[in-house]
Amino acid sequence: MDILIYGTINSVALALYALGFAMVYGVSRLPNFAHGSLYVLSGFVTWGFLNSLGLNYLLSIILAMIATAVIGALIYQFVLIRVRGMEISEIIASYAIGLAILEGLRWGGFKGMTYTLPPFIEGSITIADISVDYQRLLVVGIGGAVVVCLWLFTRYTRIGLALKGMAQDERAAMMLGIDSDLMAVVAMGFGSMLAALAAILLLPLGNIVVESGYNVLILAISVCIVGGLGSWIGAILAAFLIGFAQILTAVYLGSHYQMVVALLAIIVTLIIKPSGLFGRQKELEERV
Amino acid sequence: MTIEPMLKVHEITKTFGGIIALNRVSFDVHEGEILGIIGPNGSGKTTVVNCITGFIKASSGNVFFRGKDITGKAPHKIADMGITRTFQVMRPFYTLPAYKNLVIPLFSPRARRTGGWRGGGKLGDRNTVSIDILEEIGFERDSFVPYKMTSSLPTGYLKRLELARCLSLKPDLIICDEIFSGLSMSEIASMVPLIERLQMDGITLIMIEHRLRELFRVANRIMVLNFGEKLIEGTSDEIMADERVKEAYFGSENVEEVMDHA
Amino acid sequence: MNLTTQRRRERIDRGIKIRTDGIYAMMSWRELSYLSAPRLLLIFGMLSLPLVMPGMYWQRVITITCIYALLALSFDFLAHFVGLVCLGGAFFVGIGGYMAAILNTSFGLPPLLTIPLATVIGAGVCTLLLLPCLPLRGVYFAIVSLMYPLFSARVIEAFDIFGGTDGILGIDGFSNHWIEQYFVIGATLLFLFGTRRLVNMDIGLVFRGVKDNDQAIKASGMDITRIKAMAVFIASAMGCLSGALLVHIYMWSGISQFALDFSILPIAATVIGGGGTLVGPIIGCLILVPISELLRDFGTLRIVFYSIILVGFIVFKSEGIMVYGQRKYHQFERWTKV
Repeated sequence: MDILIYGTINSVALALYALGFAMVYGVSRLPNFAHGSLYVLSGFVTWGFLNSLGLNYLLSIILAMIATAVIGALIYQFVLIRVRGMEISEIIASYAIGLAILEGLRWGGFKGMTYTLPPFIEGSITIADISVDYQRLLVVGIGGAVVVCLWLFTRYTRIGLALKGMAQDERAAMMLGIDSDLMAVVAMGFGSMLAALAAILLLPLGNIVVESGYNVLILAISVCIVGGLGSWIGAILAAFLIGFAQILTAVYLGSHYQMVVALLAIIVTLIIKPSGLFGRQKELEERV
Repeated sequence: MTIEPMLKVHEITKTFGGIIALNRVSFDVHEGEILGIIGPNGSGKTTVVNCITGFIKASSGNVFFRGKDITGKAPHKIADMGITRTFQVMRPFYTLPAYKNLVIPLFSPRARRTGGWRGGGKLGDRNTVSIDILEEIGFERDSFVPYKMTSSLPTGYLKRLELARCLSLKPDLIICDEIFSGLSMSEIASMVPLIERLQMDGITLIMIEHRLRELFRVANRIMVLNFGEKLIEGTSDEIMADERVKEAYFGSENVEEVMDHA
Repeated sequence: MNLTTQRRRERIDRGIKIRTDGIYAMMSWRELSYLSAPRLLLIFGMLSLPLVMPGMYWQRVITITCIYALLALSFDFLAHFVGLVCLGGAFFVGIGGYMAAILNTSFGLPPLLTIPLATVIGAGVCTLLLLPCLPLRGVYFAIVSLMYPLFSARVIEAFDIFGGTDGILGIDGFSNHWIEQYFVIGATLLFLFGTRRLVNMDIGLVFRGVKDNDQAIKASGMDITRIKAMAVFIASAMGCLSGALLVHIYMWSGISQFALDFSILPIAATVIGGGGTLVGPIIGCLILVPISELLRDFGTLRIVFYSIILVGFIVFKSEGIMVYGQRKYHQFERWTKV
């Protein structure tokens, strides 16, 4: 029973990490290797607003999310857009930016275990003999709400539909009058905001450390590859698969094998079905 | 007793999403003959070639080569068996001399087994063999043409280079994808004897063409494709007499018949 | 009505370059020196570096530069000649390093044996492990190759094998630090000129075909995955060599070999130095590593520093120093009226 609960919590967490990455890749085909760094950055920004500026928690959160979204969009607008289409340059450039942000934060003195964000609600509740923090329940709840909101957004709003159109077929979208460059910037902004949201929900469960930037990136990529790069449903499903696999491993083998599971999942996916669960793209060399 | 055809294509179907590119196409190719495949644009000619040579996996159907089922095999394995093809869009090494382009095919296991075109057994010095093959193809040996930069060669020579690439593998079957396209009349006039010579040397050929007059000079049989279906198969006279072929190329005065196909 | 005359830039090969392109290059001393001067400059320059460097610290820097240079060379070879962008160079370093460490400590082999053995066996191991990823398209391969070193570090940490987080200690060093220096520099130069030779030989054309003309390769009956595997073997050999050299220099082998440094700096060096030239990455390392050492006081700021430079170069001027230099050397530009 506790596997079920912790598995769900872990899976939702993974899905939250991965959604931002999946969105950016789905819309603009950019593998955003700076994703993890935006996650950590938003955590520190929230901390800054909260502690150094003494703002209200809710206000800090909202400001941090907006700030991260803007930073992400700016990065795309001024740097990444120039290498749009050159896949390898995109990867290297976004990786380098992510690296610069993370190591810059490390140099700026943001190291050690002292940076934390307070949870929204203290205390815990007992479900079926297991004590679960309210914060963790909130994660699941808000995570679910986010997915529903995203679904509604891409179905009923103009921008959402534009993003969805671009994800399906960029040329067709352009022919319909959708500005693909602008949409790519918007997607990056949204993806960054999702990263910030994940950070805000999940960082209160632990500390804000720079290392988690790399971990989040690895987990997000693992989930997206297993689910199929570019598929949002696939990412969610894969998050659950890997999430439960991780918890099972932690229970039966030991908790330090969790990362290994994620990376193993990538290799297994590549060998069996490289395009992932719902991937629509040709990941193998196929040229006529 | 009927001789087993060298290549047997059986009910090949290929769909790309909702588009039916090939619809149960079947035909045979006999050893030593030249089969022409014609049809208007979009009729599926190149798709058939891609399915036979393994560059595309057919949705259903089979391809048999000398009795063996080669459906769905990887392209390099099919080439290793002796089926080679030319490409409509050529990608030679433009910054290298012409004869260096044959280095890649001469490196293949098949070329090393058979010694390359006209080779007896083991492959000799690659450069020499390369120049020999180019001479066969029509590059004058004593001139500096084989040594010229590939980027400076006209289309006629580049097409021959494609054929040379196929010949390096000492193939049994060559599939030529629009090899006459982009050539001037004189270039075609000098290609035709080359094709005839290849046939005399025992190579079977499938030629996809738009230039019908030149094709009819060399081909033994013609097959017509239209909208992914085989319309008719026969000699060039039989083909030209058929109403449906004329309709496929020139359209019909009868609107209903045209709408049937759309 | 007055039309302004427009001008455009025209680039023409220098006379001496055209003359030296063909077989008649050996006609005069001037032409010979035109061709060989840059190469000789590089060789003698690098060989004399240990002699001019003030003190042990800087000599160590030269050695480290060469180690990064080998990695950058392998990246350039794979990326610009075979079309495989391998972002996980650190994987090769780690495997090679650990292999040498184990051969030395558990089997007691001297460095002279461990280094070649680690290079070859390590390359085999790396190629085998990368085998499932070889058929993948560019982006996918890049992403997955990035994961490999991270994966390995965590596996070692999790299973606590090969010394776990402490690493393997007590590895023999080179007997004499001059041998150490020249061995490393020699290896670097050897592989540099060896790889240059390789890509111009016939087998090199097959590798380049994977990048430029893969339909010809497939249609000629050769298995692309096997060719890629061969290329990865060569590149990983260079990486494993640098790893093996590293552990013998520092006399220690640990997880840090899988660190980002070894992945990102070779890429930065290649981009700055000029990809596709094989010598550009070496130049890039000669520039970046000393600067990185100078910035060592600033801690991880140096990673920030070369990340930003990397981004700058990739986005704004992806030509690279060597490519720019070659162009200037071989061609001259002038403005002509249109």
